[in-house]
Amino acid sequence: MSVIWDGIVQAVKMIVGFNTDLIVILLTSLKVTGTATLIAMVLGLPLGAWLGLTEFRGRKFLVVLTNTGMALPPVVVGLFVFLMLSRYGPFGGLDLLYSTRAMIIAEVIIATPMVIGVTLAAVQALDPKLIAQIVSLGATRLQLFFKVVKEARLGLLAAVAAGFGAIISEVGAVLMVGGNIKGQTQVLTTAIVQETRQGHTAIAIALSIILLALAFLVNWIITVTQQKKV
Amino acid sequence: MDSALVTINDILVERAGRIILNIPSFDVREGETLALVGQTGAGKSTLLSVLGFALKPDKGSIFWRGAAVGNGRPGSDVRRRISMAFQSPLLFRGTVQDNVAYGLKLRRIPAADVNRKVTAMLDMFGIGNLATANAASLSGGEAHRVSLARAVVFDPELLLLDEPMASLDPGTKDNLMKEVTKIVKELGLTCLYVTHSREEAYAVADRLAVIDTGKIVQSGSAEDVFYRPATASVAAFVGTENILPAAVVDTEGGLAQLRIIGAAPETSIEAVTDAAVGATVTACIRPEEVSVDPAEPGATGSRRNHLTGRVTDVTVLGPTARIAVDCGFPLTALITRRSLGELALAPGTPVTAGFKATAVHVIQ
Repeated sequence: MSVIWDGIVQAVKMIVGFNTDLIVILLTSLKVTGTATLIAMVLGLPLGAWLGLTEFRGRKFLVVLTNTGMALPPVVVGLFVFLMLSRYGPFGGLDLLYSTRAMIIAEVIIATPMVIGVTLAAVQALDPKLIAQIVSLGATRLQLFFKVVKEARLGLLAAVAAGFGAIISEVGAVLMVGGNIKGQTQVLTTAIVQETRQGHTAIAIALSIILLALAFLVNWIITVTQQKKV
Repeated sequence: MDSALVTINDILVERAGRIILNIPSFDVREGETLALVGQTGAGKSTLLSVLGFALKPDKGSIFWRGAAVGNGRPGSDVRRRISMAFQSPLLFRGTVQDNVAYGLKLRRIPAADVNRKVTAMLDMFGIGNLATANAASLSGGEAHRVSLARAVVFDPELLLLDEPMASLDPGTKDNLMKEVTKIVKELGLTCLYVTHSREEAYAVADRLAVIDTGKIVQSGSAEDVFYRPATASVAAFVGTENILPAAVVDTEGGLAQLRIIGAAPETSIEAVTDAAVGATVTACIRPEEVSVDPAEPGATGSRRNHLTGRVTDVTVLGPTARIAVDCGFPLTALITRRSLGELALAPGTPVTAGFKATAVHVIQ
């Protein structure tokens, strides 16, 4: 029990003292997760809205594909990206393996189906007559998209939260394609694994506190935005 | 009011092999308020969708101001001349003025004009004080006013209203209906008003069209449709409760004797019609045209038809009462509740039912 308590005390000291190693790991995490969430939003929100608003041949297949993507095991994504970016893979020449870019690619593949799936559900939950009302007032396709995004924003923020949640806590894929290189590709989750294995309990606890605080902060911002009345 | 704004020809809409709409010819004329009435499932909303270019028919052609609209799918220039409001207000997130300004902003109207038009429209609908209110906080009546203001603020050439009052309480509905009718006339809008309520249709329409199983069965003035229905089904829909099969047995000077088929004992009534002797016709008598009096025949003034019988049923409908009388055939009268009390009518009361010959509409 005292090991855990000592670990917590040391962790608080490291956080309060702005430990340089911690800050580097935090910034790398923010860069990778933030960029991947942003890309997943840019890809997933329009795709999800399009799937929710239109009827066409093959739509059902794409919805099933999206739902499958939402259940994709991160380590399988990691393996796939690893094989694509490894020296003998089709994109080996880009020399991206064991870089933050490779980690971002893996995380985008994990988060995008989440954003598409939750966006699709949010758009389909809107009253179909609301869509007809927007069109009847003269909206073009693009104007309809922006209006639907605004009307379904609670669901869309949930989509962003789902995407962010899926990758902030991800460890398998980023470990495989990032390599957990200290100061370069080490993020909060991979650092926690490594420090725990090496017996550096205090650092692992400090990293865990930061990870939890980060997840809480992002979800708090999303929730506050969601709950705004107007 | 004579030139057609939108015309449809030989329109056919099918769903799962079933014909939903089959209309050889129909138009909405410039400046008129046309009420499209019919029962649930008659095809009202489908026709509205076709006229608003929201649904492409399987067959047929659509003309906008006489010009064919290619493939039933117009460009945004035509679509943006049409506006629509639904049964539910379907307000967007934001304030009342955000909602009303939406259509204007889509059309990139300068901000100063948007503010001016929105303010004027809110005042017109009597909700100027709600401009900055959250749309989610409005009452049902207020929300409908916002929805209608949003639909007319950009001066559409064709306003489509899909059962806009159906979810309102009677008091709010009556007030709003009067206001909408006034505003539509003031702004000179062409309006297609879809409703299943015959009272609402009668109150708002310059012209009325009745749709039944996907076909327009009658169109004309409200007076025509209500008092001279073209078919028995239209008669039933517009509230003609006495629809009687009859045979013409005699005619003299435009007045005909009609024997009610199936009446026992044999009963004849007088009606104004040019139907020939021997013809089988349908006699339609609106219940409010029938008087019921416990007094003896001869006391019913100008009415040419006096039928003795007994009250079989009394149904109180708020301020009015429906009296079913057996006079050899079933006849229904609608009287005021006050009259019901004064006449002390009850099942079994012997009465004389009376109605004018001109109150009988004969469908040949």
